[in-house]
Amino acid sequence: MNIAKAPRDESREILMEARGLTKRYGGHLALDAVDLSLRRGELTTLIGPNGAGKTTLVRLLLGLERPTAGTVTSVPKVRIGYVPQRLHVDDALPITVRRFLALGGATRDAIGEVLREVGALHVRDKPLQTISGGEMRRVLLARALLREPDLLVLDEPTAGVDLNGQAELYDLINTVRQEKNCGALLISHDLHVVMAATDHVLCLNHHVCCSGTPDAVSEHPEYRALFGPKAAQTHAVYTHHHDHTHTIAGDVVPLGKDQP
Amino acid sequence: MTMLDDFVVRALVAGIGVALVAGPLGCFIVWRRMAFFGATMSHAALLGVSLAFLLNINVTLGIIGASMVTAAVLLSLTRLRVLPTDALLGLLAHAALALGLVAISFQDTLRIDLMGLLFGDILSVSRGDLVWILGGGATALIALALIWRPLLSATVHEELAMVEGVRVRLTHAAFVLVMAVVVAIAMKIVGLLLIISMLLIPPAVARRFAPTPEIMALIAAFVGALSVIGGLEASLAWDTPAGPSIVTAATILFVVSLPLSSAAWRTLLRKNKESHPTHDH
Repeated sequence: MNIAKAPRDESREILMEARGLTKRYGGHLALDAVDLSLRRGELTTLIGPNGAGKTTLVRLLLGLERPTAGTVTSVPKVRIGYVPQRLHVDDALPITVRRFLALGGATRDAIGEVLREVGALHVRDKPLQTISGGEMRRVLLARALLREPDLLVLDEPTAGVDLNGQAELYDLINTVRQEKNCGALLISHDLHVVMAATDHVLCLNHHVCCSGTPDAVSEHPEYRALFGPKAAQTHAVYTHHHDHTHTIAGDVVPLGKDQP
Repeated sequence: MTMLDDFVVRALVAGIGVALVAGPLGCFIVWRRMAFFGATMSHAALLGVSLAFLLNINVTLGIIGASMVTAAVLLSLTRLRVLPTDALLGLLAHAALALGLVAISFQDTLRIDLMGLLFGDILSVSRGDLVWILGGGATALIALALIWRPLLSATVHEELAMVEGVRVRLTHAAFVLVMAVVVAIAMKIVGLLLIISMLLIPPAVARRFAPTPEIMALIAAFVGALSVIGGLEASLAWDTPAGPSIVTAATILFVVSLPLSSAAWRTLLRKNKESHPTHDH
């Protein structure tokens, strides 16, 4: 069994912390006693199946909803840069990318600079409705960065982007967060990327199934039960740890399971 | 003040006064897809009128009160998800109208001009009405200017605005209050059944000519004022009802603008494509 190679750096400043976070909608328990801490300079990724409460957890952390029980505490005046999953602006609203970024309170110079940084300077004067999915993700990231955030919260930042674009976006996110030395919370479905680039993984299925370094989580039985052989496969592809084997036909079989 | 002795001048001043605030407000109603919401609020205005007579208070205040209550009921019912929103709005709009008609029938009918309430009575605007219309209009316009930026931010993405510290609920409440005031002052001009067209048609004309939200609001205000002038002229020339004539004038402007605006829109899109031939890289 692989144990976490690099233990979590406890010296990093805790930016936000959740204790016993619980959210109930009517009879449905969306979140059950979730503990979580987000640290400066650390990329935490939230994974879990659809309907596992990932979005609910983020909404509670952002203060968009109140928890049924539990608390969220953060350092005073923590600045959050939020990258929402979707942005739909009605065609009837004439708004350019530049104006959209100015809505967050940014100056003209700052807007040009941040667009160059995220590689979207060429869309500055385009109507927001005419830019591509990948460009939109960069523009949303730019809006978050303009707040000079202590903490970036990214909800599926590669939704609707092709595979090449996804890799580029993750690289970009990693670069900027290291440059700005901010903490980051990422919700993602892309297990392979998550497992390659994350400091800390939180696997959620209403409660915290397991958490730790990608290596530790990928070996966890609950994680494997949730994501199945796919999880082991994606981990292998990107880190080349042989935690699985192949059948003659080439099918992937995780180690530790009976071979056919 | 001798010019204001002329009922036509009073009608023009009142109509243009309403149009100048209805245009910018209407832009937000279009952007936020609240057309049905606005129609429902204006249908409830009739209840406000009969309430005002019953309680012996100012009619404009009665309408503002009734519109606000309707908006509050609407928002809470929407949140409870009793019905799909469009069905709920349709139900409430016509229920409020029916209730208003019934309530009005209990009043001394000689004091109330029902046709005027439904379709407007701009040619009978008095000096007292003018004070309410211009005062209310100016207040609404100033309030809209004050909440412009947070409201725009919340219109583009409500949660993003909240995370960035915009007080979204307060802004929405102020917006609905502005709507109630505009409904109340527009009632005299085009009547409660046609108020929503004063809010929707000018932004619809302005939409594709405008490069920014602010210019769209300005064009909408201008188009509204133009409709008032055209409609009043037509009404005096051919003895047609004034309120419906104003709305007809606005509709004609909309139809005329369609080919012009799509040409403008195509040019804008082409210009963008030419300077940046590829979207992805």
